[in-house]
Amino acid sequence: MKAARLAARLAPHTALLPMALTAIVAYLGAAAWTLYISMTGSRTFPSGRFIGLAQYGRLFDNERWMLSLHNLAVYGVLFVAACLAIGFLLAVFIDQRVRGEGVFRTIFLYPYAMSFVATGLVWQWLLTPGDGIDGVVRGLGFPGFSFDWIVRQDMVIYTVVIATVWQASGLVMALMLAGLRGVDPDIWKAARLDGIPPWRVYARIVLPMLWPTIATVLLLLSTAVVKLYDAVVAMTQGGPGTASEVPTKFIMDHLFLRSNVGLASAGAVVLLVPVLALLAPYAYARARKEAA
Amino acid sequence: MSRSIQPPALDRDVAAPVQPEHGPEQGPVGPAPLPARAPVRGRSRRRRWNPARIGIYVFLLGAAAFFLLPLYVMVVTSLKPMIEIRQGGILALPHAWTFEPWRQAWSGVCTGAACEGIRGGFRNSVWITVPSTLLAIAIGAVNGYALSFWRPRGANLLFGILLAGAFVPVQVMIYPLVRVMALAGIFGSLPAIVLVHLVFGMPVMTLLFRNYYAGVPHELFQAARIDGGGFWRIFLQVMLPMSLPIVVVAAIMQVTGVWNDYILGLVFAGRDNLPMTVELNNVINTTTGTRQYNVNMAATILTALLPLALYFFSGRWFVRGIAAGAVKG
Amino acid sequence: MAKVQLHKLHIRLGERDIIRDLDLQVEPGEFLVLLGPSGCGKSTLLHSIAGLVEPAGGAIEIGGHDMTDADPSERGIGMVFQSYALYPTMTVEANMSFGLRIAGTPRDEIRRRVARAAEMLQLDALLARKPAQLSGGQRQRVAIGRALVREAGVFLFDEPLSNLDAKLRAELRRELKLLHQALGSTMIYVTHDQVEAMTLASRIVVMEKGRIQQIGTPAEVYERPANRFVAGFLGAPAMAFIDGEVDGAGHFRGDAIALTPAVGVLPVPAGAVVLGVRPEHVAIRADGPLRAEVTLVEPMGNHQVVWLRCGRHALGALVHDMRSFAPGDQVAFAIDAARVSLFDPHDGQRR
Repeated sequence: MKAARLAARLAPHTALLPMALTAIVAYLGAAAWTLYISMTGSRTFPSGRFIGLAQYGRLFDNERWMLSLHNLAVYGVLFVAACLAIGFLLAVFIDQRVRGEGVFRTIFLYPYAMSFVATGLVWQWLLTPGDGIDGVVRGLGFPGFSFDWIVRQDMVIYTVVIATVWQASGLVMALMLAGLRGVDPDIWKAARLDGIPPWRVYARIVLPMLWPTIATVLLLLSTAVVKLYDAVVAMTQGGPGTASEVPTKFIMDHLFLRSNVGLASAGAVVLLVPVLALLAPYAYARARKEAA
Repeated sequence: MSRSIQPPALDRDVAAPVQPEHGPEQGPVGPAPLPARAPVRGRSRRRRWNPARIGIYVFLLGAAAFFLLPLYVMVVTSLKPMIEIRQGGILALPHAWTFEPWRQAWSGVCTGAACEGIRGGFRNSVWITVPSTLLAIAIGAVNGYALSFWRPRGANLLFGILLAGAFVPVQVMIYPLVRVMALAGIFGSLPAIVLVHLVFGMPVMTLLFRNYYAGVPHELFQAARIDGGGFWRIFLQVMLPMSLPIVVVAAIMQVTGVWNDYILGLVFAGRDNLPMTVELNNVINTTTGTRQYNVNMAATILTALLPLALYFFSGRWFVRGIAAGAVKG
Repeated sequence: MAKVQLHKLHIRLGERDIIRDLDLQVEPGEFLVLLGPSGCGKSTLLHSIAGLVEPAGGAIEIGGHDMTDADPSERGIGMVFQSYALYPTMTVEANMSFGLRIAGTPRDEIRRRVARAAEMLQLDALLARKPAQLSGGQRQRVAIGRALVREAGVFLFDEPLSNLDAKLRAELRRELKLLHQALGSTMIYVTHDQVEAMTLASRIVVMEKGRIQQIGTPAEVYERPANRFVAGFLGAPAMAFIDGEVDGAGHFRGDAIALTPAVGVLPVPAGAVVLGVRPEHVAIRADGPLRAEVTLVEPMGNHQVVWLRCGRHALGALVHDMRSFAPGDQVAFAIDAARVSLFDPHDGQRR
């Protein structure tokens, strides 16, 4: 009988075993092992040769890596800013009691149901110089017009911005709309009675109230930036040349193609830093809330 | 004083006094966790068609055009013969409609070694998605249930790690996982990819169920315990039957996530089980010779078809999933 | 201190007529309470006076000007909402002054008004705080303060005390009455709580299903209710209704209860009537002409409610002394014939 009682008492723990294993082994364990590998001279396979932080030195001497970081920074700022702005505007405008609200929402959100690969491929086709959109503009009577960003090394990263903003803005809109709808309607009435013009209500009252939603959106968008991979592979393959290289692609290429596991692991660890930096305030705020 | 942009919320609260009130009035739908629809205006008098309102519609319609453009181009391109595409005009409707590109994409294009079309990828994606979804939901539900009602020691910390892991790029964990799977002899097989999807899908699934169960009154659980239920009995006979709404949401999210995945399938599935997304990319970006844009677009549509169809038929659940998943505890 | 007049007001929401053909006059300086159950239209009426709901027909006059189409901020009104609706990210001072700043009021004037309102409502110490740092009662005061600084002619209150607990409600209720006495402004107040209505109002408008059932002073609506609905709505415990008949000689008989209503209540044509009697007018006395059996006793501290069964009627009786009763006791009682009401059994109107 005692065994049965023990089993019953341990039931929650045994039930959570998969989660425990995942968190400890698959997440923490794997991350720790990657960290370890990043400090060895591993090439195709993990080796035991401990070389300290030498890989990191090589990493930051690597032109391709530095370019990928630069691309990520440029991409990140533009992507987050554009998604926030477009998503917020769409949410605000839809919230103005427009007719066909459901249809609009469906249209703005469907790109999110598509894979990054599909998005990258479609936009690659759309932005193909000559056959794509610029062909249409030329046909409309602007023979000199050409939109060849996707084949220009200095502009290609912006095409990735366009494609992914197209995909993600709808999500931002959905989240912002949820936030907007959570604002007490009486506040709108009070503002109307106070004679406050609607744009000002949004600016001075609603937007500050929306801060938790915005913080969530920022977190989601920022981590999506760091994870950017599929869209680049599908859309530009990192090209032309390495012009649209991003850190994740650098890591994947060095893990599986260029057989430099040590260097790739160092890159992965470096990529971890901004994510942890973003998560830290959240974890801190949650811990404080739960203590209170 | 311009009444250009009507502040949105008015009708909602005025509707409230007309409905049965229960004690302290909240908004008409209470604290709304997801974007409820803006209510229909009953007042038919003088719809204000002033410049600002026109501007709103112009902006929204313009945005809609931007969002629909790729879909339109995808469909239209996939129905044109190559001659028409070479003639230019990406936005033009096809003159000679043809489904040949679709047939080719499905059963003719070359994906790496074989030239059997993308239907193999479709089959693989199904084989990967179904078990991944079922298992992920099962585990997520149990996790959420245990976290919400039983709260064993250390569980919250583990959950925190799980959630943090969801934000971390997969590249941080991918190589060790590859080595472990290779050591276990399952690397590059169906069980491997299913397991990997379980591992990486667990945070969102657990979060969905945990938040859902957090909304279930604790008294229900306590009553079941008084009635003599143990961990599994309460789960299977009380909580799970109540969970249909969130199971639907979780299913939609997991199916979409797994079907649309590229990188995990690329690394872990093995050459015989490559999902549709990987095959799609192979078809389009690794062809030599002239690019068959119409076939490419047909293949893209075929790959995107399942999640898109799921989305269009279940819109509200999709949105609920996003809202529920994005709301951090 | 403005006068408010409503002419033939018609309000529709969606497909439904909420209010139809409503006339109402609010005298300057009076405290008018719109009282009624949920869904009776009182809040909708208040919102239309505020301009937050556009009427489908009729006219609204405030301070002598036609305000039917005017914007809420131009009507010279201040409004206090049930959920306070304070701007959460602004301080108390900013909450009160925001509207004035938008309107371009000179800074000195703003300061003067905010100071005056803060003093009246004891908010001086709280001006730098944000709403989240305030208690429910304090938040409500800030909401009132925000309305006050507009120095409006009419103040509108939409069930402002419903979100507070009972003790706080009673406290703020008294403060509101003092405020009205100090300011003398016209106030229109919506509530479903008849105690609030009775204690605060100079006149009560009882509403049901979008129609005004009765307008009168608290005493009038309480002692001479115009119909069965008003009679049953005001007073706790509620008035008891007894079906019966009045004969040609003015005697009422309803099952086991026989009574001759006083001259003030009659004359009433012979026929079926419904007699209404309040518990405070049922006296349990040894020399009472009527008989009943005690079914339930509810001690209330400073009085008791004793429930009686007389024939097939249940009556409540308010007992102010400490006699003890037990269920099953047979008692004698009397009904104050001067204070009963008679209603038509078909339309419920007072006869």
